Amino acid sequence: MLNIIWASMIVIGVVWAAFHGNIAAVTQGLLDSAAETVSLCVTMLGVVSMWSGILKIAERSGLVDRLARVLEPVLRFLFPRLPEDHPARRSIAVNMIANILGLGWAATPAGLQAMKELAQLEEERREAAACVPGKEHLSQKAAAPSGTASREMCTFLIINISSLQLIPMNMIAYRAEYGSAAPAAIVGPAIAATTASTLAAVVFCRVMDHKRAIISSYK
Amino acid sequence: MKLILWLSDYLIPLTILYIVSFGVLMRRPVYDDFAEGAKEGAGTVFRVFPTLIGLMTGVSVLRASGFLDAAGAALGRWTQAVGLSPQLLPVALVKLFSSGAATALALDIFRNNGPDSPVGLAASLMLSSTETVFYTMSIYFLSVNVKKTRYTLSGALWATAAGIAASVILAGRIS
Repeated sequence: MLNIIWASMIVIGVVWAAFHGNIAAVTQGLLDSAAETVSLCVTMLGVVSMWSGILKIAERSGLVDRLARVLEPVLRFLFPRLPEDHPARRSIAVNMIANILGLGWAATPAGLQAMKELAQLEEERREAAACVPGKEHLSQKAAAPSGTASREMCTFLIINISSLQLIPMNMIAYRAEYGSAAPAAIVGPAIAATTASTLAAVVFCRVMDHKRAIISSYK
Repeated sequence: MKLILWLSDYLIPLTILYIVSFGVLMRRPVYDDFAEGAKEGAGTVFRVFPTLIGLMTGVSVLRASGFLDAAGAALGRWTQAVGLSPQLLPVALVKLFSSGAATALALDIFRNNGPDSPVGLAASLMLSSTETVFYTMSIYFLSVNVKKTRYTLSGALWATAAGIAASVILAGRIS
């Protein structure tokens, strides 16, 4: 995807400049941006190293696991059909906490693990429905067919994509580099915006869950 | 609004206090852990440097050629109607596919308008409250061979739209 985006930036830029007499400015822009990236990365080097150090303490001390347990009531609300003690519960919780703390490298493995466990759960549901004599036709309704996202997968990914991050440290570093008077002034508003998108996601998932439950009860 | 401003001042110091105290209570060698994490963080910056320089260069070519101004002027008529600055639309659209490219566009806004301008604040908030929709969906669903994603995309786009709307409104209130 990036290959296409990047190539079109360069091609469109150079061709456009040639037709509008800005070709000299392009050379200057290339030189300036290369130098600018280096000074940006010097700032990033400081901020990202500092913050990664703090987050490493959180990871090593077991804080992520501790917080994941606190999320249990939230999971019960978001995934009403997910069985108690199912291993996916833990993976989903760890993924969410890691995203909230901004631990991208811990979030993705836990998230992929959660998807795998949700896929297995759906497989079990399909088998269970197919085994009941006379109710084989229900297997389609009780579980998503193979290759189709289950309700839990949809909910999990929509919440995940709604963004959960509490402290956008990279953005603070960018703002500092470009001379913001108060780089961290976005922390509070960013939490408000993230809360708005996550609430929209939660409402959407609950409505979709509910709608499907009503439809299948009439069938 | 007061709580939001309070969070901006207090959240980072309090988070650091909480994490370090928790580490001490768990009897972890907190300073050693910190140093190790800092080393990894430095490695991360070196790893993203090539990608970042590529995207920064790409955006600077678009900017210098006059294309971004022309696109902004063309988009302006449509975006003003919904209260979105023409510079923000490309950031929002590109963010669906690539976080790095969207960051490069946001930095271009910072350079021209400043990070504390209304449009700079809106870009900061938009990037902080949205995720890379298509990229995330493809890695997660590909990992379990799911092709029919049902209502995931519409839900993700709906949540992203809510995040963008909240960002623009909040940026207008704090700037």
